[in-house]
Amino acid sequence: MFQVRIHGRGGQGVVTGAEMLSIAAFLEGKHAQAFPSFGSERTGAPVVAFCRIDTKEIRLREPIMAPDAIIIQDPTLLHQVDVFQGLKADGYVLINSAKSFTDLGIDEVSVRLRPERQVCVPATEIALKHLGRPLPNAVLLGAFAGLAGEISLPSVVSAIRDKFTGKVAEGNIAAATAACEQVRAQLAACQPVKEPRADQHQEAR
Amino acid sequence: MSYQPVRFYQTGTFTVGNRLLDEHDRTVQAMPVRANSLTSGHRACQGCGEALGARYAIDAAVAATDRQVIAANATGCLEVFSTPYPETSWQIPWIHSLFGNTAAVATGIAAALRVKGREDIRVIAQGGDGGTTDIGFGCLSGMFERNDDVLYICYDNEAYMNTGVQRSSATPPAARTATTLPVGPAPGNVFGQGKYLPAIAMAHGIPYVATATVADLHDLEYKVKKAIGIRGAKYLHIFVPCPLGWGSASHETIKLARLVTQCGLFPVFEAEHGEVTGVAKIRKPIPVEDYLRPQRRYAHLFGKTPATETLARIQALADRNIRHYGLLDDAGARR
Amino acid sequence: MALKQIEGSHGVAEAVALCRPEVICAYPISPQTHIVEGLGEMVKAGDLRAEFINVESEFAAMSVAIGASAAGARTYTATASQGLLFMVEAVYNASGLGLPIVMTVANRAIGAPINIWNDHSDTMSQRDCGWLQLFAETNQEALDLHIQAFKIAEELSLPVMVCMDGFILTHAYERLDVPDQERVDNFLPPFEPRQVLDPVAPLSIGAMVGPEAYTEVRYLAHLKQRRALDLIPRVAAEFKAMFGRDAGGLIRPYRLEGARTAVVALGSVLGTIKDTVDQLRDAGHAIGVLGITSFRPFPLEAVRYALRDVERVIVVEKCFAVGVGGILAINLRLALDGTGQPVRTLVAGLGGRAITMGSLARAFERAMADQLEAMTFLDLDEALVERVLERERLVRRSGPAAEAILREVGTVAAKIA
Repeated sequence: MFQVRIHGRGGQGVVTGAEMLSIAAFLEGKHAQAFPSFGSERTGAPVVAFCRIDTKEIRLREPIMAPDAIIIQDPTLLHQVDVFQGLKADGYVLINSAKSFTDLGIDEVSVRLRPERQVCVPATEIALKHLGRPLPNAVLLGAFAGLAGEISLPSVVSAIRDKFTGKVAEGNIAAATAACEQVRAQLAACQPVKEPRADQHQEAR
Repeated sequence: MSYQPVRFYQTGTFTVGNRLLDEHDRTVQAMPVRANSLTSGHRACQGCGEALGARYAIDAAVAATDRQVIAANATGCLEVFSTPYPETSWQIPWIHSLFGNTAAVATGIAAALRVKGREDIRVIAQGGDGGTTDIGFGCLSGMFERNDDVLYICYDNEAYMNTGVQRSSATPPAARTATTLPVGPAPGNVFGQGKYLPAIAMAHGIPYVATATVADLHDLEYKVKKAIGIRGAKYLHIFVPCPLGWGSASHETIKLARLVTQCGLFPVFEAEHGEVTGVAKIRKPIPVEDYLRPQRRYAHLFGKTPATETLARIQALADRNIRHYGLLDDAGARR
Repeated sequence: MALKQIEGSHGVAEAVALCRPEVICAYPISPQTHIVEGLGEMVKAGDLRAEFINVESEFAAMSVAIGASAAGARTYTATASQGLLFMVEAVYNASGLGLPIVMTVANRAIGAPINIWNDHSDTMSQRDCGWLQLFAETNQEALDLHIQAFKIAEELSLPVMVCMDGFILTHAYERLDVPDQERVDNFLPPFEPRQVLDPVAPLSIGAMVGPEAYTEVRYLAHLKQRRALDLIPRVAAEFKAMFGRDAGGLIRPYRLEGARTAVVALGSVLGTIKDTVDQLRDAGHAIGVLGITSFRPFPLEAVRYALRDVERVIVVEKCFAVGVGGILAINLRLALDGTGQPVRTLVAGLGGRAITMGSLARAFERAMADQLEAMTFLDLDEALVERVLERERLVRRSGPAAEAILREVGTVAAKIA
């Protein structure tokens, strides 16, 4: 089972992001379960959404305590909420930011992770460029496809089409694609990238 | 030789079922083949205005729709005396659900008929003043607001009678009930409280609102027939004296209903989409005392030291109605 | 048949629509609102021919349903928590009159204190109102149970509540198999009422019944619920034959063969429990699970038989009888009357508190070592409670209890679970 936790604030499409991730996995023939956190919901308040992906039926219903990947849509959460709680040692971290891990002040997290499994992407800026609105959720999924390979970019594109139509869909697709390419370029530049799929799904069920 | 105009007063309006009239001028009650929707054998009190009003109204509805009527009934006197287990007096399809949901139940029936393509069957919701103005108010307002195709009939005897004469929001000022004692200085209901449902119904802008009494059968039947032919929400508020609850003589029910209209305390009118379209003019205005005296629920206003100030306030209410609804014309003639 | 990745509520909406309801009425309340909104969209799109009524309260919702059902229409509504309570008078009226209304209850806690998250206190408050209560373990089962519910309701002339965990199921996106219309039509024929308001054959429904006959009328209702114990498995079998999968029925055992300890529960928590039990089994413990799908009627004989070989029973329940103990546990004890098998109550997940495999595993291990008390509140912060009680002992004007506890808990938003 692959477990993803997405952190953001109300109004940033965190829940929709998790839903799209689950749709992308579904389109690849997998089982996926996406659900929102159950805290006070209002625009601007911290929000968490979860997505589990597996090759067989998912029965577990608890919040994701030991994620394989964490996506952070809003870096202002970094020093407010323990967003990295439970993250596995070989886990992935994707942060929506133009800054680096160092500049964000989270070096102590970065050193614990594999270099090819952590990346910052300016998703909001990419969204503004392709979509005209600062909504980073679909963009980050494109980035995630490039980072982890758990789901492919074409599946992300199809998931976006499932949720959105017309110009909004096309804008999101363009942004997600751009983010994916950027992540791949960043990772290629930092270190020889091991094929992600070979290392995953280590724990037995 | 000068001619003096002669006024003929039609006694048929005072006498139920005047068979001296031509058939087409007769009331439904005067027909030998009337439906008797609320048939004999029910357990109403002697002189019950509600039993009379319900039979009048439903028979008129049945006649106007060729028996295509379904009724939902609130808990209350009418429901209790008409269906003593294991009998029923109703000859139409009839359902009693709860006290406060009659309008909603009727909405549901109308929806079912609509989806089945049977909008030829008309839906009536009926209840007393308690079930309409108090506990049923929310559902009633909802039905009005959605303009559901339901005719709601309120039989107003101005208190919760079935449970022993407790005050409702339709109880008029100064009327004595079992629960007005602890509220206010006098034994009767306080001034300044109360809801006047016909105006509230009008405020919803529904297609048809009318008031009527059991004293004018032609008028009541005309209004029921008119209402039931209209699509959308309709409200009919019928004044029905309760001899037991009011402490009046059981043979004076119809007379009291006439007196209340003639003193102006109960205006008789029709309204469409929130505008008054017609009123029944008062033929010969009488002071409110003539109406109040025969009822023991107002006895504390009379006697050795009459409550003249209270009576004046009641008279002022009547006068206001006369002014507001235009219940008198110069000639004092009927519309 | 179509596989879709959709929200649980939307799956339920599609299932209900397939059953061709004629009158749909509902009043918005979290977390059921997406269901009726979904149905509304289908009506608007012309995919579903039904009267959709926006009522002014839950009391009105059930009342409109009563009128519609009495006039012969297949009727549906949905609610949760406070909404269910607000319509209680009408809920009893519907079952008393024998009207086959189907209602989804998106299980949610009851206030005060107000809480929008999941637990079972709402439907538990209505366990004796005469409605059938079926609990869905997954969103697939929620979908399937609605299709079965209309069939069961109309055969019995009794209303049915389909209970699904609010947020946990309603708001979760999962892979769902949505049946096709033709198969549903074959499974569920048009509604043939036992009683109907019709000018062609006038009758009176809802008369007063006095002492001379009331007992008999109520006894017949009791018998009807007992009959449901036979009907529910039969409908589940017919469902399996038509749609090819297990859903519904009275109970569902999991790894009970050779189990010395059985965990019993309702609803979605069974998924987490099964994962926990798998882990414990791998560690060598003889532990199994009994899921109960039909809570009303409570399958006393089936439960007793399924648990006949276990030494002890742990009930995990999202509700409790205040001051007394568990509710599901009390029903269990009735089923196991005379066997001497101990029943331990674990109250968990109240007001939406997460139930984790870790917490469950620790509690189950204590139970298997016979160290679990009769009733335990899982993950209770005893120190916090003690601080609040101490404050109340010292100060008369101690303020609202709930607010005091919230102050102690601090900022919730910073927490994951």
